[in-house]
Order: sequence, then structure tokens, then C-alpha cells
Amino acid sequence: MKTFLILGAGTAGTLMAHTMTKKLDPHDWQVIVVDRDEKHYYQAGYIFIPFGMYKPESVIKDKKSFLPKKVKVIWSDIHMIEPDKNQVTLVRDKQVIHYDELVVATGVDIRPDQTEGMLGGGWQKNIFDFYTFDGSVKLAQALKDFKGGNLVINVTEMPVKCPVAPLEFVFLADWYLRKRGLRAKTELIYSTPLPDAFTKPSANAKLSDMFRKRDIHLEAEYAIGSVDAARNMISSYDGREIAYDLLVTVPTNMGIEAIERSGIGDDLNYIQVDKGTLQSRRWPNVWAVGDTNNILASKAGSVAHFQHEVVAKNILDHIAGKSLEEQFDGHSLCFIESGYGKAVLIDFNYDQEPVEGTYPLPGLGPFRLLNETYLNHWGKLVFKEMYWAMMYGIKVPLPSKMSTAGKKISSHNRQGEAA
Amino acid sequence: MSSVLEKVKFDPEGFLVDPMTWTREIGEAIAKREGMQLNARHWVVINFAREYFTQNGESPTPRNITKNTDVTTKELYELFPGGPAKLAAKLAGLHKPTGCI
Repeated sequence: MKTFLILGAGTAGTLMAHTMTKKLDPHDWQVIVVDRDEKHYYQAGYIFIPFGMYKPESVIKDKKSFLPKKVKVIWSDIHMIEPDKNQVTLVRDKQVIHYDELVVATGVDIRPDQTEGMLGGGWQKNIFDFYTFDGSVKLAQALKDFKGGNLVINVTEMPVKCPVAPLEFVFLADWYLRKRGLRAKTELIYSTPLPDAFTKPSANAKLSDMFRKRDIHLEAEYAIGSVDAARNMISSYDGREIAYDLLVTVPTNMGIEAIERSGIGDDLNYIQVDKGTLQSRRWPNVWAVGDTNNILASKAGSVAHFQHEVVAKNILDHIAGKSLEEQFDGHSLCFIESGYGKAVLIDFNYDQEPVEGTYPLPGLGPFRLLNETYLNHWGKLVFKEMYWAMMYGIKVPLPSKMSTAGKKISSHNRQGEAA
Repeated sequence: MSSVLEKVKFDPEGFLVDPMTWTREIGEAIAKREGMQLNARHWVVINFAREYFTQNGESPTPRNITKNTDVTTKELYELFPGGPAKLAAKLAGLHKPTGCI
């Protein structure tokens, strides 16, 4: 009996478990899944919790209800991953698992400890994150209590999960404060290490316009150096100080510490893989899917979904001793909530920047790309149900390769450098 | 001085088109064009950037630099004001860092 080991039962790990139990012969293979947490969190829903748009409990389900019955599930933290020995040691009972194929889908964690002073006196008092369940729930209370002043959103360091989420936060905050009559008393400041609001130049023209209309101040190329909780002040390495009354941080995102302990990742504990096949550059029977790999695609659920189909095919080819044919194209599909009941939809890949046009979705779409519409917002809400369906192993109509049909493409949107 | 720069090609933003055509002399000349005087600490970063590129085929991020050299982030920003990753890559003859998604 051979072992197919999946570390992590989040979006990517759960999808892999479904696909591999269907594709692998159960007489030859046992699929084992390891995760530290029995609860599955719909992370794309965190953005709505601070504004009271989602009830916290609506984003949680039991992981066990998603995973196929044939899968052996072990609840434990991971101690060591040793690809040279084809083995993984768990924290629980120091159990050692020998594997034939390994999929690492352990995602990324926020690391506020990586910024000087972030965890000082202000943490969860007037400094909050919304990338964790706990953080988003506590931020909801802080926003309820907010009376006006400087509301600062800071992106610490790229890459971060769902790179559009900080933008959504600032748009939704603008709407929320306006509804509560606090917008005139609030300065909204968006600070980012990027030279512009977003990573994709073609989307920036649209987004800059949205910032201007909402009177949001953009502090670009801002690399945060430290937080001074006594003075309620952040400062950048080049000496720019920004005062805050409420600081919403997107901390450094890093892979799990077991990857660092095992010495198998890069400087952010991401697993280095080939950007097309998603196979480890160092060990041919190791694969990394979703947020935990180092490829220059967005770290997002839609991307994990697109990747998993490619990886599943490549693993089967690898097991059969064939060369790897499937190539991931960097496809990302993101809704950007813009407030006022609207959202923007963007669809792009390694080579193609987000453009205007339409995105087809049988029964729902077409959605208008790169434009604020009510239907896009509705689409984002419907996506939650599609997400749960995917986690139950139900196929959804989201092809992994980006299609150019319906998109208004001109030669200058084909990107050279901007990844 | 300008003669070494005339022999190689730059993109519109001043990054060397072919990193393999880079020499230390070209690095010095690019620095001069940027109005900078290079010292030993700049060279720690530039040498690391070259080495990182050879191994990984891409330009290093500020984190890559500070984690693998004795240069702190604060010093890195002092040495390369503005955008250290971008400026260091430019002086090391590498492509503009992608670094983000």
C-alpha cells in the first residue's frame, strides 16, 4: 500500500483530497490528510465580518464534513518535513508518516511579530488584523466603538493572501463610516509598499479613480519599519510617520514554522516550485498547492482551485512515470468589494493583465470585468455557496485556464514585467 | 565613463536588458548616473543580489537581502534610498524586481 500524504485541509488540501481519492486506485493508495484545526474557515468571508455584513459563525464548518470518507484524517500540528527521507513527523505522539507522494497545502499565517512594536501595547486594542477569524471578530467591535479620527490601513510586506482584500477593506470602511455619519470626521489612509494601489498596472487607473472619488489618501512605497504604540504612530524605513487612532494591519504572511524548522522553504517559508507544474524544484515527489507555494500568482481560494486541477494531473503523470504536461497559467479570479452594494471583478494570469469585458458563468453571469456593478457584488455573495459546494467535492463551472473570450484585449495589456 | 554604458542595452526605466553583460565597472557607472557613490556596504548588497540572481534567476526582495547578509533593513534603506530592492537590482544589472502579485 502506498501513501499519498496531504498536509493541510484548507481550500487547496480539501480539493486535492477529493480529486486524489477519485483518481487513485484505493487498492494501491491510501490518502492521508493532516491538519491542526478541525474547523474550516471560509477566509474570503473575513472581509465582511468587521462591518457586520456576515455573522462570524457563518464562515465556519467542520472540516470532517468535507473530507471524503476514504481519507484517513489526523488532527495534529506538524513537527518536521523531511523530503530526503520521504517522511513527515507530527507533533501528536511524535508519529512518523512515510509517504510516496507529498502535497504541502499548509497555507500561510500572519506574522505581526515580524514588525517591530506591532505586538506592543496596542495589539487588539487599537491595532487589529482581519486575516484571522479572531482578528476580524475583534475588529468588528473596534469599528463599532470608533468615533472618528485617523483610520490607517497598512500592508506590511508583499506578497499577502488575497492582495485585493486590503483594498476591499478601505472601500467598505468608507461606506460603513458614511452610513454611520462618521466619514467627515475620519481620515482614511491606505499605506502600501507597492508603488500604487494594486499590483497590476492596468487595474490601477480604475482603482486610483475609486480612491479619488472616496477621498481615500494613498501613501505608496511605504515600507513600515516600526509601530510606536505609546504615540499611536507608525513609521517607515525612510522616515515617514503616520498617526493612527485605529490601525488595521495586514501583517507579513509566512508559511508555517515547520517549513522553516525543516529548512525546505524560502525566506518566507514558501515551498519553491516550478511555476507551471507546481512540482518542487528539489524533490520530484513533493508538490505545493495554494498559498504555501512561492509562485507569482495571487494567494487566493480561486487560485488554489485553478492550481489543484493542474497538480492532480501532473501527479498522476509522475506516478505513471510520464513527463509532466499540465501547465498552470497563473490564473486568478477576484471580486473586489467596493462598498455601496457594488463590486469589481478581475480575471488575469501570468501574462494577461486585468482588462474590461465580460466573464461568463453559466446561470449567473456574464459579469462585467473591471467595473463596479451590483451584479458583481451579488456574485461575490453567491460565491460563498459555490465555495462550500466545492469543499463538498461538487464540480463548479470555473475552468482553470483563463479564457480571453469576452475580454477587451489590446497589446499593451500583455504584460512584460509587472507580475 | 559613459563609454562602458554605451556598450550595453538598457530598458526605458534604466535596467540592464541582459544581466549577463554586467560588470563591476558597469555597476559603478550606473551608480554614477543615479548620482550615487558606492561604498563597501553597497557592494555587500550588490554582490549578494548577483549571487541570488545566479541561483534563483530573479532579483532579491528586501527580505532576501536582510536575511542572508549582515545588512539590516534600516541600513538597506539608507544605502539605497527610495526603493532598495529596485535600486539594488538596477545597480547589479538585474531586471526590475517583480516581487508582488
